[in-house]
Amino acid sequence: MPDFNQDHFSLFGLTPAFALDGEALDKAYRDLQAEFHPDRFAHAGDAEQRQSVQWSTRINEAYQTLKSPFTRADYLLQMQGIHAMDAGNTAMPAAFLMQQMEWREALMAAVSGSDYDGLQALEASTKAEAKHLLEALGAQLDDHKDYGAAAETLRKYRFLEKFLADIDNAYEELD
Amino acid sequence: MALLQISEPGLSTAPHEHRLAVGIDLGTTNSLVATVRNGISVVLNDEHGMPLLPSVVRYLDEGETVVGYAAQVQASEDPHNTLISVKRFMGRGLSDIPDASSMPYQFVDAPGMVQLKTVAGVKSPVEVSAEILKTLKARAEHALGGELTGAVITVPAYFDDAQRQATKDAAKLAGLTVLRLLNEPTAAAIAYGLDNASEGIYAVYDLGGGTFDISILKLTKGVFEVLATNGDSALGGDDFDRRIYCWLLEKAVLHTVGDHDKAMLMAKAREAKEHLTDHPTVQITAMLSNGQLIDYNLSEDKFNELTAGLVNKTLNPCRKALRDAGLAASEVKGVVMVGGSTRMPRIQAAVGEFFGQTPLTNLDPDKVVALGAAIQANVLAGNKREGDWLLLDVVPLSLGLETMGGLVEKIVPRNSTLPIARAQDFTTYKDGQTAMSIHVLQGERELVADCRSLARFDLRGIPPMVAGAARIRVTFQVDADGLLSVSARETGTGIEAHIEVKPSYGLSDDEITRMLRESIDHARDDVDARQLAEFKVDAQRLVDATRAALDEDGEVLLDAPERDEIVGLVGALEATLAGMDQSAIKRATEALNQGTVEFAARRMDAGVKRALAGHRIEEIGFDS
Repeated sequence: MPDFNQDHFSLFGLTPAFALDGEALDKAYRDLQAEFHPDRFAHAGDAEQRQSVQWSTRINEAYQTLKSPFTRADYLLQMQGIHAMDAGNTAMPAAFLMQQMEWREALMAAVSGSDYDGLQALEASTKAEAKHLLEALGAQLDDHKDYGAAAETLRKYRFLEKFLADIDNAYEELD
Repeated sequence: MALLQISEPGLSTAPHEHRLAVGIDLGTTNSLVATVRNGISVVLNDEHGMPLLPSVVRYLDEGETVVGYAAQVQASEDPHNTLISVKRFMGRGLSDIPDASSMPYQFVDAPGMVQLKTVAGVKSPVEVSAEILKTLKARAEHALGGELTGAVITVPAYFDDAQRQATKDAAKLAGLTVLRLLNEPTAAAIAYGLDNASEGIYAVYDLGGGTFDISILKLTKGVFEVLATNGDSALGGDDFDRRIYCWLLEKAVLHTVGDHDKAMLMAKAREAKEHLTDHPTVQITAMLSNGQLIDYNLSEDKFNELTAGLVNKTLNPCRKALRDAGLAASEVKGVVMVGGSTRMPRIQAAVGEFFGQTPLTNLDPDKVVALGAAIQANVLAGNKREGDWLLLDVVPLSLGLETMGGLVEKIVPRNSTLPIARAQDFTTYKDGQTAMSIHVLQGERELVADCRSLARFDLRGIPPMVAGAARIRVTFQVDADGLLSVSARETGTGIEAHIEVKPSYGLSDDEITRMLRESIDHARDDVDARQLAEFKVDAQRLVDATRAALDEDGEVLLDAPERDEIVGLVGALEATLAGMDQSAIKRATEALNQGTVEFAARRMDAGVKRALAGHRIEEIGFDS
């Protein structure tokens, strides 16, 4: 059996880091899938077909994990033995909690007032903040190796991702 | 005397033998079969030169069936036994069919999937679909002059697991080897993309007879990547016909009509809709069975007014798909129109307006899905070793489990690239709890009641512990056909209780065997002969695949005794193929499968190393 246990980065021949060459990842992903996707084994024997489903699943899992900045950061922290998203790890600074409440109120106001422009403005400012957090995350993980700080930034980012999903749902309500 | 030729041991006598593979578009209204001939994908016509097979099956009381045009013309004569648009019932319960009472059929509510009472007995939609597939299979085998190796069957991208499983069961019942279930818009994208060497973001808008799909794809050199898909598996051209039909009833001040008149008026409605594609008005004339004359003029404007709601109903999924793909309409480079219903001018205008560009209508919207499926079938059957492309498709609807309070915990999110496996841990609710009921659901809503129930099973034998101490890991695996299997085990104590489930609506192998036997009895065929033939096709496929693998990697990856063992197993299987002993073939096939597990694993390993070393096995191109 091949070594399935190598980390996601190594699977694609990449160095573990938050900063990522997206094109290199895409290319390595496609090259691997081009060889191991079940479509390549549709005419092969059962054993090979089963193997290819496992491999292709593994390649997809690794790719999806690395592609999204959130799961990539979480994965890097896990490689350091830090489980930032465990249920016990919910510490969040008070200022950020206040900010959360303001955003939530703004969202409720936009929905109840059917305020499409307000929703778009909220989405834009949330995305700007999310981008800012990702930059901070990159510095903390790659440059300063400050994994504790990175874990906190990641939790903040997680909130923003969920909030952006709520904004998406709000658009659907307005539609 | 000519010398007899003897091939080298381990080498197939016909290494580049062309395997007969077809693509089948199993449509709500019409079905087609296509194949790749001399590198070109072509639709196979019937003996009268007609490419389409109306998806209509009529059952006669002797158990005989009539399929296609012949059945279609008898629909109003024998509405109860002439089954139209049966695709709408695939994997559906009676409660899922909103207009069941307005249809001429006698529905039988069965667990999992509705059934239909006919003069030839109660039929499941799977059996009816199998009749259509059998007809296409016979057409293909006649045209190609041999037994098919396999088929790619297309399904609407938005089909859920129940509908997909039902389709696969129908193919099995028809005696087809399913190489892959392929999403219809993806099939169309293959046909279109290869034809036009397209690159960039494309949308495929597929409005068929009874289903609607929108898929957003990224086409890069040799890769078709589905970014998002959405749709409505109960919206199609049939609904437009129904609007005209209702309008006729309203105009004629009719509240109810008999089944015969209903079938006749629905046919008139369809004709009127088609006429309006290139005429501003249409005259609808019909004589009801009570002598009443129906004679009305329907204008394009009135038709557009009647169906505006339906047109809008297709745009919401377009919005959602774009949002899921994280794209704006302006980033879409081209919109490919698929399905006969996209001929309606109002649809083309609405789609053009939504995406801000004229949709691409240069392909025959009826044929493009079958043509794409045939191209993929040719690849999957192994006829093209070089220059293949890669298809990355997604799961259309989220998959999850019921948790406390009737809520759904999503495990596999929609638009995840296939194949995918996801595991989630659950725990017990009460002290000493030794069993757990697992309810598998599909859909986007939060409440169990709003999602489709796929399967329920009990996990028993959990060791008694305090509440919350057990760790039950539930794993969802969705394969390249988009089909789900679920397994669960207790991991907390190392004691394993493991179960594999196929969703409950799926037919068991016993049921399929029974149906197969019944249908074959009617055809006065022999079930053993058919099974033997199937075993032989499978076995031959395995022999060919193993030989090819030995040729490629046998020298490098196996030592001499290992190689000899596999060659021996191949030889043993081949020897059984000459005979008629079904169980011997089965045993030898299984032995070869078992005997090549390690070889397969090593080939995979070697392949990974090659790929990582940057040595691609092939450059991607589109010549065939």
